[in-house]
Amino acid sequence: MTTSLPQAPPIAQPRTPQEKFVDRGFIWLTRICAYGIALLLLFIGLRVAIEAGPAISQFGLGFLVTESWNPVTSVYGALPVIYGTFVTCAIALLLGVPIGVGTAIFLSENFIPVAVRTVLVFLIELLAAIPSVVYGLWGIFVLIPILRDFGGWLHNAAGWFPLFSTQPTGPGLLPAGVVLAIMILPIITAISRDSLASLPPELRQASIGLGATRWETIFRVLVPAAFSGIIGAIILALGRAMGETMAVTMLIGNSNQVNISLFAPGNTVASLLASQFAEASGLQVSALMYAGLVLFFMTFVVNVIAELIVMQVKKF
Amino acid sequence: MTAVSAFDKKFTSRTLFSWVMTFLTGLCVVMAVVPLIAVLAYVIWQGGSRFSLALFTKLPPPPMVPGGGFANAIVGTITMVGMAVAISLPIGIGAAVFLSEFAPKWVARWIRFATNILNGVPSIIVGVFAYAALVVPLKTYSAFAGAAALAVLMLPTIIRTTDEALLIVPQDIRWASVGLGASGYWTTLRVILPAAAPAIITGTTLAVARAAGETAPLIFTALFTQFWSQSLLAPTASLAVLIYNFAIVPFKNQQELAWAASFLLVILVLITSIISRLATRRR
Repeated sequence: MTTSLPQAPPIAQPRTPQEKFVDRGFIWLTRICAYGIALLLLFIGLRVAIEAGPAISQFGLGFLVTESWNPVTSVYGALPVIYGTFVTCAIALLLGVPIGVGTAIFLSENFIPVAVRTVLVFLIELLAAIPSVVYGLWGIFVLIPILRDFGGWLHNAAGWFPLFSTQPTGPGLLPAGVVLAIMILPIITAISRDSLASLPPELRQASIGLGATRWETIFRVLVPAAFSGIIGAIILALGRAMGETMAVTMLIGNSNQVNISLFAPGNTVASLLASQFAEASGLQVSALMYAGLVLFFMTFVVNVIAELIVMQVKKF
Repeated sequence: MTAVSAFDKKFTSRTLFSWVMTFLTGLCVVMAVVPLIAVLAYVIWQGGSRFSLALFTKLPPPPMVPGGGFANAIVGTITMVGMAVAISLPIGIGAAVFLSEFAPKWVARWIRFATNILNGVPSIIVGVFAYAALVVPLKTYSAFAGAAALAVLMLPTIIRTTDEALLIVPQDIRWASVGLGASGYWTTLRVILPAAAPAIITGTTLAVARAAGETAPLIFTALFTQFWSQSLLAPTASLAVLIYNFAIVPFKNQQELAWAASFLLVILVLITSIISRLATRRR
């Protein structure tokens, strides 16, 4: 047989220089996008710091411990808002952590049928999707009246205690803290549940096999094993609570004074920015930028710590 | 030998403790769900009663004037969220492609870390940043500055969902494509991204729903206006800022409009969440 097969054309040609150029260009484009994210983070901090410059040189670190916010005399200090931020976050964590972790335990173990559990998990995740401003509106018309009645009763019964020393009039630290607790619940629940669910099933089996009850297993074995994940969740929630703005602005009363009572109006760094920024001018803008920089720094540190913990858990 | 009867077993302190704990954590679940139901029920009750066609066609009324709607705020929200998607989607997908396809492991780790930190930056700080970077140089509050702030807030979500979707795409598909002679960008654009498209679309939709409700970065970038916005470089109304502004004024009509706007936003969030849930469950 001498019939020669027709010469087949080559399937693939070597790449032309243009193709190679396009390919290289595409990778560079994606690289720029990715590095851009890290640069953006840096740029946000830098830009806010530059705008804060005049206030930083005027007030220095004393800004952090000055209890005055006076546009008339141009003296600004962030102590009341930093105090307000800490108090509202403390209320939020005090209420949110037990409920959130309890929910996570209940939803990660086999207490109820899977179908019901899926629905409950979805409902709790929905809490995170509701816009902050809607919580604010709801808080003004529903939460504040409830807390005013409750607070009035508490004030009459235990008014000698500094935390309850003022008559609740409406907006204040307590409503803001309660709404923050609702808003951070889904974060605590979701991440705690993840770290409980990712534990190897052998842990559970071994503990039950040794004769422990379900709750002894949870407290002595599962929670300690998932502890760092739960702590990460709580710190992440703290970062979120510090930066929450709209609901807090609408419920806290916007008063720039340090007041021990939980029923008194206050302010947080975020709510100070939200309520004053649009009308500010001159040095006041710079002082607000300085307060913003403080908030940026605080949430940055908190988030880095939380991410490092959560990352460690994922590796395991 | 005496066998422990089932009755005795029921009332040891250990089982009692178990019952109490089960009850307490069950109570936690109830306490976590109650606020959601309270918010949803109240928003639907208050906002639903005011719902009408006029909301979508009329401008916000001045104080003491009855009726009106928030047509300009709906258009403003759509414009700004649309622009924000147009900015953040290509950048976000590009960054995610680099992370999952081309980046060395340690670079990818650090950029994912930076993305998570960016996700944790308070939205009010992003607003302050957009004010300093765009409102001050352009000398005007604008839809453009608002959209830029929203884009920064959407970026981490888009990167994360795209990144996760790309990592799930089987390695075999990449090898098959490269084996057929396709180049890196061809493989990415025609093979890998389409395979991950449903997840990317779901993530983007959720980011859009989130951005539509964002208020803090808009109150001093886009500001607000009672009227139709003149251009992209003029103050622009949005539903979220309308809720904020009208919630704190003492006029009944304005408060009702705030509830109606909340109703609209909450329905949007509910629908997108349920759809995305169904879409991800099917696979």
